[in-house]
Amino acid sequence: MRIPTAALFGLFFTGLYFFIAIFADYIAPYGLGEIVGDVWEPARLGYFLGLTPDGYDEPQYWLGTDQIGRDLLTRMIYGGQTTIWIATMATILSFSTGTIMGFVAAVNGGWIDQALSRFIDLVMSIPSLIVALVVLSVLDTTVTTLILVMGLLDSTRVFRLARAVAVDITVMDYVEAARLRGEKVAWIIFREILPNALSPLVAEMGLRFIFMVLFISTLSFLGIGVQPPAADWGGIVKDNKDGINFGIGAALYPAVAIATLAISVNLVADWILNRTTSLKGGRG
Amino acid sequence: MATPLLSVRGLKIGARVYPPDAKPHDIDIVHGVDFDVEAGKVLGLIGESGAGKSTIGLAAMAYGRGGVKLTGGEVWVNGRDVLQSGTRDVRRLRGAEVTYVSQSAAASFPPAKRLMEQVIEAAVLQGKFSKSDAEARAIELFRKVDLPEPETIGNRFPHQVSGGQLQRCMTALALCPEPDLVVFDEPTTALDVTTQIDVLKAIKEAIRDTGVAALYITHDLAVVAQVSDHIMVLRQGEMVEYGTTDQIINAPVEDYTKALVSVRSIEHVEKTPTETPLLRVEGITARYKGTKFDVLKNINVELHPGQTLAVVGESGSGKSTLARVITGLLPPSQGNIHFNGRDLSAALKTRTRDDLRELQMIYQMADTAMNPRQTVGTIIGRPLEFYFGLKGAEKKKRIKELLEEIEMGDGFIDRYPAELSGGQKQRVCIARALAAKPKLIICDEVTSALDPLVADGILKLLLDLQKVEDVAYLFITHDLATVRAIADSIAVMYQGEVARYGGKTDVLSPPFDDYTDLLLSSVPEMRLGWLEEVIANRKMASGGN
Amino acid sequence: MHPVIKLVAQRFALGIILLLAASVIIFVGTTILPGDVAQQILGQGATPENLATVRAELGLNDPPLTRYFDWLGGVLQGDLGTALTNGRDIASTMSDKMGKTLFLAFWAAAISVPLAIFLGLVAVRYKDRWPDKLISSVTLTTISIPEFLIGYLLIYFVAVKLGWAPSVAMINDSMTFVEKLHSISIPVAALTLVVLAHMMRMTRAAILNVMQSPYIETAELKGLSTFEVIRKHAFPNAVAPIVNVVMINLAYLVVGVVVIEVVFTYPGMGQYLVDHVVKRDVPVVQAAGLMFAAIYILLNMTADIVSILANPRLRHPK
Repeated sequence: MRIPTAALFGLFFTGLYFFIAIFADYIAPYGLGEIVGDVWEPARLGYFLGLTPDGYDEPQYWLGTDQIGRDLLTRMIYGGQTTIWIATMATILSFSTGTIMGFVAAVNGGWIDQALSRFIDLVMSIPSLIVALVVLSVLDTTVTTLILVMGLLDSTRVFRLARAVAVDITVMDYVEAARLRGEKVAWIIFREILPNALSPLVAEMGLRFIFMVLFISTLSFLGIGVQPPAADWGGIVKDNKDGINFGIGAALYPAVAIATLAISVNLVADWILNRTTSLKGGRG
Repeated sequence: MATPLLSVRGLKIGARVYPPDAKPHDIDIVHGVDFDVEAGKVLGLIGESGAGKSTIGLAAMAYGRGGVKLTGGEVWVNGRDVLQSGTRDVRRLRGAEVTYVSQSAAASFPPAKRLMEQVIEAAVLQGKFSKSDAEARAIELFRKVDLPEPETIGNRFPHQVSGGQLQRCMTALALCPEPDLVVFDEPTTALDVTTQIDVLKAIKEAIRDTGVAALYITHDLAVVAQVSDHIMVLRQGEMVEYGTTDQIINAPVEDYTKALVSVRSIEHVEKTPTETPLLRVEGITARYKGTKFDVLKNINVELHPGQTLAVVGESGSGKSTLARVITGLLPPSQGNIHFNGRDLSAALKTRTRDDLRELQMIYQMADTAMNPRQTVGTIIGRPLEFYFGLKGAEKKKRIKELLEEIEMGDGFIDRYPAELSGGQKQRVCIARALAAKPKLIICDEVTSALDPLVADGILKLLLDLQKVEDVAYLFITHDLATVRAIADSIAVMYQGEVARYGGKTDVLSPPFDDYTDLLLSSVPEMRLGWLEEVIANRKMASGGN
Repeated sequence: MHPVIKLVAQRFALGIILLLAASVIIFVGTTILPGDVAQQILGQGATPENLATVRAELGLNDPPLTRYFDWLGGVLQGDLGTALTNGRDIASTMSDKMGKTLFLAFWAAAISVPLAIFLGLVAVRYKDRWPDKLISSVTLTTISIPEFLIGYLLIYFVAVKLGWAPSVAMINDSMTFVEKLHSISIPVAALTLVVLAHMMRMTRAAILNVMQSPYIETAELKGLSTFEVIRKHAFPNAVAPIVNVVMINLAYLVVGVVVIEVVFTYPGMGQYLVDHVVKRDVPVVQAAGLMFAAIYILLNMTADIVSILANPRLRHPK
């Protein structure tokens, strides 16, 4: 099987980010809260790229230091760990809830489908950021509540997709044929529907994961996500945003990290979707 | 001899394909075709799917649909090669000299514009007529193609007229600019047979009255025989045979043409009913949930073991609903079904496993009837496992036997449905049904999506299997030729009722009721002059009233 | 009754039901959940007596249903209550902030809508060629960056490095119109980038969908020029889906505003909401949340009504 270059690129970077997240404790050069230098020391990376003004020595830290003198590379690595962990858990929660409810609605039809679908319509009639803000205004913002709020809010979208995909499949003659044969609901869901629904769902999983990364970063940036002293990418922006007005770009590293992660996952999701739709696409 | 109106020389057409596992590449669809159409004459282009006939038709307008490219040859229209003409010149050709009637008029009319505006658009735009003249001409054409209320029908929107009427509107649209040539691309294929004959008649008379030349593209030789002067038989982008309609129909030279002409000539002698019927449908009345009218009204039919009952009717007649009632997918509001000596429970859920096993079903679209993620072996093997508990080598042996029965080798066991041809897919579906050792198989339009020769193969297979397995068929179809080929008894359905029921010979012999008469006389016959005869007969009958 | 009027009326009624439901969700979200508002306001050092007083003041001892209807009754009369943090009337504070937010959103929409349609048309015109691919990869990138980072990237490069426009978007009544516009230019640019990608992609899909329908082929085979095909056949049929796309994305803009206002410390509704979420000022959060939900529901309803009105099958029934 040939993997296209774009997908390889995506797979490599997605893998790299997860690797760094998992082994953050071994990779990070300093401790999470360790103050190692002055406020906003310039980056060594920038020095090599010729971005540091003349007359400076070669800086010590690859990405420089943050607003209270902590090593930014360390902060970014631990921040990535937090962000990716929360996004992954929220995606898993949103996916398991969303697909199970969606399939149940599609296979059963009738009032179960109606009740679930109308309820989801209701929740989706308000933007999820607004609902999250409203709910988090009274809840303690721990990692668990964040995962629960984000995952459950997002499961509405997964529900719609899973239901739509499953409904498309249940009207197929081969599902009818299985029903006429006398097959049980479990066989129909797991043997007839799931294999055909898997590819759009897996591709969607990638997109939901990206959305979760953006969501948690936004919440942390607004000050209602991950709380200090823990670090996450959105929080790093919030901490260092004042530097921007002095031309210090420390707050922009998360932009690069989030964008590359999101694009990589996108490329992988695209590839999965294309690869599997072509399987269905009849004779070549 | 005068220069022909349309002259095609060495026409080559290619397309770019995007196969899933390879790089996009170009393939040839048409490999060099030559033909002429003289002014006022009709040439029929006939072939099965993939023959390239529509593509050739559109080439007469210098048009390639989708990614299709006209790669070589010459297309001369009125003395100039349109493949070499500039955009402006080609635009003047389209809609003025050559016009087009598509298979699906419903999709070809933009939904938000009134019919009149669309019909006269090309004629006015090309400067052939002023707006008021074009409208007058359109009304005249509406009358010519037998549209109701020709004066005012132009004020309607496309969705406000029926499919057959819209197809006739499209014919009026094509004729409105007084073109020299009209390309008819399967104009009656999507229509019911009794509607088809009206549209066919309208087209034939319009061609005759306006003296326009035409390219008539279809897969149905009997249809094209009614309207064309010459016929060209195409196969996989190449010409097989060319001749006058008379010669092609009555004295075909090539084997392929002979096969096309003799299609549906399967002889099947009606069997006599046995003492006890296998299936007895008693007073079935049914409606869909949330609707207010009965789709089936008091249906009574019987089917004897090892025989075939053909349920024939047009769209909306209720024939497929009858299948849903018998399978238990739609419990009837009244009536009973007796099957194999016992009462069949109305709902699927309460039927016994033996009920389910003995009553199998084959679908119209074999594509959607098989799970694309399962191999042929899994598809055929599942009923063996499910009903008989077969496993391992035993199961595999039986799968191989079944593949033999449907005339496919055991090399197909590990293939996926996407790797099979249309005919092979339908055969696998038949094998899946047979695997259950059923007493009755419901066949729902099983040949309508197939090319005629492939369909013939499937029908022959079904007849052979009936002899070997002693299985009964409830054969649902809209195609009377199929009915003649396979049925022992026939139920003609019309608007949810059985209009006529009995043994094949009885049903197909006069005296007829009105609907059966209309239906039978509407089926195109593969001989010259059939359409004129029907029209004359109908005129006489209506004159007599 | 004409079926279109019936459908529009139905959709309108659904909008009102959704609004009521949104008020329930917001109310339930802030009261039934395990957090204790009184505890939140007073913090960890609260004595039981203080807690009891605050609870009584807020009416927290009443049954939830009573409290909901009291609140809803107030909202319907334009009384949104008072802020816990500063005791000011929420309605009057919010009307000023709402004006500022709408000013910002209006200019973002005024730029992004025509731009998205134009880019969508370009992408369709040059489908699968480099302009299409360029547009699609740039939009993929902007979709992958959160709104607030787009804001900071613009501040860093446009305001700080180039110095073209201020990084903090302050507006007040004493400023002239042009001064105001200059002041909000970077936030408007950021918001435009936020919605542009989605809107452009959806516009492209909507136009392509129309261009691939058989009636476009009919028009081409009538001898119409490409321009005429688009003007007379494609455009009239693409208008409804495009309007739909625009409405959906304007609804999306509402969410983008919240974050962008915080980035540029712009004194609008979004900043107001986020500030009070952090301060756990529940009445303000409820009121502001309801406002955002109402705008979102209204825009989605408009999108649906446009689709109904544009459907010829409904306008001219059989």
